[in-house]
Amino acid sequence: MADKVLMKGNEAIAEAAIKAGCRHYFGYPITPQTEIAAYMAKRMPKIGGVFLQAESEISAINMVYGVAGTGMRVMTSSSSPGISLKQEGISYIAGADLPALIVNIQRGGPGLGGIQPSQSDYFQSTKGGGHGDYRLIVLTPASVQEMADLTMLAFELSEKYRVPAMLLADGTMGQMMEPVEIPEADYTPTEKDWTVTGTQMKRKHNVVNSLYLSPEELEKTNFERFERYKQIEENEARYESFMMEDAEYCVVAFGIASRVSKNAVIAAREMGIKVGMIRPITIWPFPAKPLAEAADKVKSFLSVELSMGQMIEDVKLATECKKPVYLCNRVGGMIPTPEQVLESIKKMAGGER
Amino acid sequence: MVVFEKPKSMTDAELHYCPGCTHGIIHRLVAQAIDDLGIEGKTIGVAPVGCAVFAYNYFECDMVEAAHGRAPAVATGLKRAMPENVIFTYQGDGDLASIGMAETVHAATRNENITVIFVNNAIYGMTGGQMAPTSLPGQVTQTSPYGRDVNIAGYPVKVSEMLSTLDGPEFIARVAVNNVKNVKEAQKAIKKAFENQINKKGFSLIEVVSSCPTNWGMTPVDALKWVEEKMIPYYPLGVYKDRSATKEAE
Amino acid sequence: MTTNTLIAGFGGQGVLFAGKFLAYKGMLEGKQISWLPSYGPEMRGGTANCSVIVSDTPIGSPIVSKPDVLIAMNLPSLDKYEKEVVSGGTIIVESTLIARKVERTDVNVFYVPANKLAQEIGAPTLANMIMVGKFIKETGAVSYENLEDGLKKVVSAKRADMFDINLKAIETGYNFK
Repeated sequence: MADKVLMKGNEAIAEAAIKAGCRHYFGYPITPQTEIAAYMAKRMPKIGGVFLQAESEISAINMVYGVAGTGMRVMTSSSSPGISLKQEGISYIAGADLPALIVNIQRGGPGLGGIQPSQSDYFQSTKGGGHGDYRLIVLTPASVQEMADLTMLAFELSEKYRVPAMLLADGTMGQMMEPVEIPEADYTPTEKDWTVTGTQMKRKHNVVNSLYLSPEELEKTNFERFERYKQIEENEARYESFMMEDAEYCVVAFGIASRVSKNAVIAAREMGIKVGMIRPITIWPFPAKPLAEAADKVKSFLSVELSMGQMIEDVKLATECKKPVYLCNRVGGMIPTPEQVLESIKKMAGGER
Repeated sequence: MVVFEKPKSMTDAELHYCPGCTHGIIHRLVAQAIDDLGIEGKTIGVAPVGCAVFAYNYFECDMVEAAHGRAPAVATGLKRAMPENVIFTYQGDGDLASIGMAETVHAATRNENITVIFVNNAIYGMTGGQMAPTSLPGQVTQTSPYGRDVNIAGYPVKVSEMLSTLDGPEFIARVAVNNVKNVKEAQKAIKKAFENQINKKGFSLIEVVSSCPTNWGMTPVDALKWVEEKMIPYYPLGVYKDRSATKEAE
Repeated sequence: MTTNTLIAGFGGQGVLFAGKFLAYKGMLEGKQISWLPSYGPEMRGGTANCSVIVSDTPIGSPIVSKPDVLIAMNLPSLDKYEKEVVSGGTIIVESTLIARKVERTDVNVFYVPANKLAQEIGAPTLANMIMVGKFIKETGAVSYENLEDGLKKVVSAKRADMFDINLKAIETGYNFK
């Protein structure tokens, strides 16, 4: 077993990616994710990997697209405004059914926004972002250990389903240090029949492509892709259930918001309020099932977010609006305090809302 | 008996290009170079957005379809992942010199070891004949209906001249395919651009001055005449940069 | 036990470094820890703070908004965070730079002229570690044993010459009365 080391969340992502067999990283500087690029710049040349600072986020994601076509593990990272620029490439990667990892260490927006933590790219990550009908597998770590673990999982799932994956964290998760153990991954690259690696004159040429001018054909590729999405929804939704056994109220929060909420849930329990928390670990696929089940048991939900209320829509959909869903939020780089969440829980429990 | 044969590196697919379009010739020259060098099995091509968007159907080698302008970035990814393979992009003027200018310049300045085939026909063909970054002053297009006014639209971009000012690239040449002599020169330059990559010399770009009879509103013959009389004087042919040759001369 | 600590001062005062040392020290003692810096464009000369949590139980929020312990390295930090400290908590004040006294009466206060002490031991840049020494003495959040192990994690091999003087700074703070 590897020793625990103290690492920043951003560094844990980078090291985990390397352990997972990723040898190609392309990026462009932006706060607050720069540690990932810096780590890769230091490590990649020493292990025969590729670190390249691209001329733009657009170029970086297209370099990712190039490597992804060869079937090798590849990633890029950025923060919100940079992720907006990458959307074109992400849509192409999704349309060409390629695996790749995109890391978004979110900051406040819209526009240039700020550099402090945010979760306001929820819609962008889970409901499109780029053009066309497509999905990303979106994983939302809530600790430095999960920054590492979910990075590894992201590569696996992305490859398994040939769907690009996004690791969605925020400035806090990226900057904080916690003890972490980076597991050794048992990754062996497998032969794939769709890659562009040169025909060696042994097979017909492969084409990595997202262009289908025939509407019938394009429809067919969309239908087929959504069959895969259905499998992902059935098999890969992940969440953590906290103090939900006897809960009368349910907090829903992911990432840093779930860390803050955990304190509030414990404090509320000490006051005798039966509250629990469901923490989505994937936000696409969204853990709709446990929320639907909770809707039959609890009196109401509280969605705690660093956005104006984006995930709350998925909570309402998952629970079919059977019970009220309230919002507790801060935005623009502000983070709700445990006290603020506790107040919201108290109000919810007191029925004052 | 000499039989005129299709290069092996081209598929049997029927080209979709308009009558008189020079893309067919340029495809052939690229495929011929790949054949001559025996590299089809390890070549990966990157197709653009523009008239050559279906290039992935015409080359027998592995192909990737890139987003508009991004081919040099995609090629960079491919080359960095597979340095022993041969990677080329095939791009038009809108793709390479307008929306993809950043990708072009930076691939060149990094001396990325790839081969870029740049087809300059001074117009956006696929979308129906709009002004391109290389449209000539005064040239009438759908979006410059009174002729390109340099006071409004600025001047054409001379890609070969511009890139040759960079320290990075290995080889920059401008050729044309409007007559047999020029086609032969083009063939030589394109082959050299692939050889440079095999010899790990770095970034080679061949600008091919080309014609677009359909969108220029000319017969194929008149279009080739226009290449000779208008295009080539503005875009003089020749080798703009050849680092290895310069070094040898020193 | 959980100790929520906020270390605050000017950029360049070694606030983040002090926090890192405490985090490593806690980790090596088998405790749960988290370290969260403020970040932004004010890398030098601006305000810097970091949240360090050392706990026997899993840590929820890594953000210390209501500190059990405040280490105030300059006046703006004391002004800003004095009112946030929990009742019965602790404030350690760097008293060569901060002239005023703590107004709160419901907290334990220690005044340490860390910059002056640092000058005296010939380590003018290590006021931060003197504060760390006092912190260990007064809170017991991490142990005074095996300081070397924690220091090894934060003093890079390139700066090995700084190792002993860091140790001395912690000892000086610990023994200051």
